[in-house]
Amino acid sequence: MTSLPEARPGRKKLGLVIDLDICVGCHACATACKEWNASGHMGPLPDFSPYGNDAWGVWFNRIHSFEEGEGEGARTIHFPKSCLHCEEPACVTVCPTGASYKRAEDGIVLVDEAICIGCKLCSWACPYGAREFDADEGVMKKCTLCIDRIYNENLAPEDRQPACVMVCPVNARHFGDLGDPRSEVSEMVARRGGDDLMPELGYKPVNKYLPPRQARMGRGLVPTPAAAPTDLTSPADRLLRWVDRVLSR
Amino acid sequence: MHPALSIVFFTTASGAGFALLILLGIGAPLGLLPASQGFGFAALAIAVLLAAGGLASSAFHLGRPERAWRAFSQWRSSWLSREGVFSILTFLPGAIFGVGWIFFGVTTGLVGLCGILAAALAAATIYCTGMIYASLRPIHQWHNSWVVPNYLALGLASGFLVLDFLVRLWAPQPWGVAMLTFIVVLAAWWIKERYWRFIETISARSTVASATLLGSRGKVRMLESPHTEENYLLREMGFGIARKHRMRLRRVARLAGFVLPTLFTLFALLFGGVIGVIGAALAVASAALGIVVERWLFFAEAKHTVTLYYGAEAV
Repeated sequence: MTSLPEARPGRKKLGLVIDLDICVGCHACATACKEWNASGHMGPLPDFSPYGNDAWGVWFNRIHSFEEGEGEGARTIHFPKSCLHCEEPACVTVCPTGASYKRAEDGIVLVDEAICIGCKLCSWACPYGAREFDADEGVMKKCTLCIDRIYNENLAPEDRQPACVMVCPVNARHFGDLGDPRSEVSEMVARRGGDDLMPELGYKPVNKYLPPRQARMGRGLVPTPAAAPTDLTSPADRLLRWVDRVLSR
Repeated sequence: MHPALSIVFFTTASGAGFALLILLGIGAPLGLLPASQGFGFAALAIAVLLAAGGLASSAFHLGRPERAWRAFSQWRSSWLSREGVFSILTFLPGAIFGVGWIFFGVTTGLVGLCGILAAALAAATIYCTGMIYASLRPIHQWHNSWVVPNYLALGLASGFLVLDFLVRLWAPQPWGVAMLTFIVVLAAWWIKERYWRFIETISARSTVASATLLGSRGKVRMLESPHTEENYLLREMGFGIARKHRMRLRRVARLAGFVLPTLFTLFALLFGGVIGVIGAALAVASAALGIVVERWLFFAEAKHTVTLYYGAEAV
């Protein structure tokens, strides 16, 4: 049923916390996601024309990079984006077939590929672009929060985390229960002022983003003047320039 | 939003078909239309062809058309599912109404009641079509109160234009139908202009700042896209070709969809007879082109919030 499970206080809400202050934009989370999920619950994740022009394919995680501000005060922010497992996911309620659903037990939003008719309406209903169409199988695909890792008893307990969280080399991604106010992730969100993306649309995303810290502003931003070009007129410099010209031929 | 031709054809054709069914279902039992069985056959056949042809066309949009039957199950939450359910339900009383009228020449009593019931269900179907778009919060150009009236009015205008043409083949000068057609096309035109004015003047609440939580240091710009080539999201939701030409295309939609049909209908109203038939036929042909352009623009001008992550500053 594409009706949503009743929201109750204290209900488990598994999700991610992404630290925009730390992310270095290395795309490791995107590749680790692709690697795990290509053979995971929602696999395969096809690639079309992978070595040719116009290469495209299904990815559950994408890393956007932004610039904020002008001049000296400007900074670069890397912005990983995957399914936010919203509490009010319109992608689920618009589904005409019941293929899209939100699990009552942990809030994970999934697609049943055996039922999906590939009408793509859910991808229109998602403000964040979390769903990507698999043109090979004719069905919609999306992030599963690595449901086949986090409950996988064949993995060591410390490995029961989403692939993107496991791989992050700078610890910018955290996984946990955001329904529990005392969980590590909830406390981190409270401490750092973590927030929702596009809260004005009312989807109540479970995943939270920690904004870049403000403290660094104004410190260490004084530009060092560029070193004046040295005067290359001494005989030794002329020799070096001649060597450079000869070797450049 | 990418304007898939299958959906453009579906919404325009089935809009006209279901609207024609509304007019026949109400007009025939009330004795406002020619009672002839031949007229009943021609008009109902065209209504069903348009409505069912549109529905069949929508299946081409699906990745798995053989599973289309599953779309009738989630009417509790999904406007798309409701549209499917109402469209099929329309054909049940519609069939009794059609058989009664075409084979037995009856348009009153139980048959008439079925006609009115089919009209109500057809109206519900068009309403659901509008709600599919109006319920999508990420798309400002769709999530507003002009979209459902737009679908109902344009459906009714195209239904009236077809009806006016058909009635003229049986009655030399149908004053009532022609006058109503004239008024409804003008009303649809007004609603479309209001819709265009709305999307030009009212901006969406979502911006690149609300989408990224950034902006405290100033303007937010995309530095690098996550990928070098277009992906599904950009193909489906980042369609931008029409926007450059949108004013020119709006003029085409306005002229072919509203101005010419109004003038041709007026022309038919003044002259009647054979000239009236020709005028009404030209009105239908012109409106068909104009409304297809209008529907294409309805998709092409719609901007999805996902484009905020790909360089758009506002939607």
